[in-house]
Amino acid sequence: MAFAAFSTAEAPTEQAPRKKSRIALFLLLPGIAYLVLFFLTPLVSLLLTSLQAPLEFGDIGQYQYAFNWQNYVDVMTTYWPHIVRSFGYALAATVFALLFSYPLAYFIGVKARRWPLLQSLMLVLVIAPFFISFLLRTLAWKQILSDESFVITSLKALSLLGPDAHFTGTPFAVIFGLTYNFIPFMTLPLYTTLERLDLRYLEAGSDLYANPFTVFRKVTLPLSMPGIVAGTLLTFIPAAGDYVNASRDFLGGPDTQMMGNVIEANFLVLLNYPAAAALSIILMAAILVLVGIYVKRSGTEDLL
Amino acid sequence: MSGEVQAAAVLGGFSESQQTEPRRGPERGRRFGLGSWLLPVYAVIAFVFLMIPIAYTFVFSFNDSVKSNIAWRGFTFDKWLNVCNVEGGAVCQAFANSVVIGLVATVIATTLGTMIAIALVRYRFRARSVISLLLFLPMATPEVVLGAGLAAQFLAVGVPKDMTTIILAHTMFCISFVVVTVKARVASLDPALEEAGRDLYGSPAQVFWRVTFPLLLPGIVAAALLSFALSFDDFIITNFNSGSVSTFPKYVYISASRGIPAEANVIASAVFLFAIVLVIGAQVSRAARAKRLAKLG
Repeated sequence: MAFAAFSTAEAPTEQAPRKKSRIALFLLLPGIAYLVLFFLTPLVSLLLTSLQAPLEFGDIGQYQYAFNWQNYVDVMTTYWPHIVRSFGYALAATVFALLFSYPLAYFIGVKARRWPLLQSLMLVLVIAPFFISFLLRTLAWKQILSDESFVITSLKALSLLGPDAHFTGTPFAVIFGLTYNFIPFMTLPLYTTLERLDLRYLEAGSDLYANPFTVFRKVTLPLSMPGIVAGTLLTFIPAAGDYVNASRDFLGGPDTQMMGNVIEANFLVLLNYPAAAALSIILMAAILVLVGIYVKRSGTEDLL
Repeated sequence: MSGEVQAAAVLGGFSESQQTEPRRGPERGRRFGLGSWLLPVYAVIAFVFLMIPIAYTFVFSFNDSVKSNIAWRGFTFDKWLNVCNVEGGAVCQAFANSVVIGLVATVIATTLGTMIAIALVRYRFRARSVISLLLFLPMATPEVVLGAGLAAQFLAVGVPKDMTTIILAHTMFCISFVVVTVKARVASLDPALEEAGRDLYGSPAQVFWRVTFPLLLPGIVAAALLSFALSFDDFIITNFNSGSVSTFPKYVYISASRGIPAEANVIASAVFLFAIVLVIGAQVSRAARAKRLAKLG
């Protein structure tokens, strides 16, 4: 489903005579050339940049090509807390988004099946946050949950929060922001899978005297695996690379900076391009490895 | 990926998965539910939660604020009526830049992506799996890596960052999403319709523009809307490749430390209302059409 869109096993609808291959080439070439030029080559540039060494007697931001593997060692030793945080926060946000989205997607996809218009309107509500600027909705949360806000002051008045407690600037706030911002990416693929769930399987389960919980665990959950895998990937990948939520001007604080924040700072402020590039390569490699393991373990390789 | 495709489907007012008839087996759903009222109540709470920041942004677009827009200072229509009057129109300039970038990137990405989608479904060729991987990878790469990569390349080649580099970057990440969205539509196209066109002596160009293209149009429109939405709201990749050019998200990011003017809320709210009316309108008209068709059948 998710990645099946690119499945290679799919049979072309027509036999292709030789003459047609020229049309295929004409159709493919511009787009593929574009991706090679502006996606693949930049990755190579990034790899080369990550190995650069400072130019001797050079200014800040001046580097030359080298094989300076030391860059990787340096960023790992300097930024290991950011690396750990990125993946920890992303994992927590993914779990929360899944817990939030599953019942919602189940309601839209299964319970509301008999009312297609209601179903589509609820889907519009799910993606509605996409229509308001990502940064503004994050800032809105910052203001709603700031120390002087109605929410926090009331919680303090009710002694549910200590008098010195903060929400913004803490890891909880960053995880909260990541969760909120990526919920639609989780809900939509879950919905797509649950919408196609054949209820007769559930009936069969209960006819065989399984209680509702067992039916859910043994039937519904395994059948919704494709949606869960797609949704967790769609949430985890952007969450691990995000730096808006963790930024100090948004929901984060000095102790919540993630890899994205240090990549941004090194690239755009400190002009330490090799460090930013090395961190980017580490982020990408780690994500590819994690995704590979995850997809293999969850037995959904055919999704790729 | 499927989330985005689903979003595109909703945006385009048609949804692949909803074209299947709802199954109407013996309705014994209550027996496996978590209780018949629990889920609807949860859904309502969940939707309220999702709407909170949207409502906040909207309400604060009417705030009679001076400079920073944090404390409520009273209701006014001023900010809606004089959006461009703040900071010499910086918000409006950023908004206009975002629209231009979004439009150009959408046109290029939709054209290139549609061509690839047609080729992938209709033609057999070697290197198919390599091409599929090349299309999948940009969607699986974190934006910060895409942004830093392009910026490193522009730096290495010595290209100054301006509107063009932003457009080049946006087109790149939109292409894959266009391919996935349009591909679903090409795959569901009945080849017999094109055959009929050829049987009636239509030239290949005529068959394409009179038969294939109109049938693909809903998919292409959905892909274009998705591209525009992705481009318009992109901040991370833009931040690395924009130099001194401002876009709407970049404007918000930069002014976040010193306070966002209410005019930014006005623009975001207006965009939101426009998009939501467009999408709900498309959904309702689709439902009405489905009802009419059901009556005919």
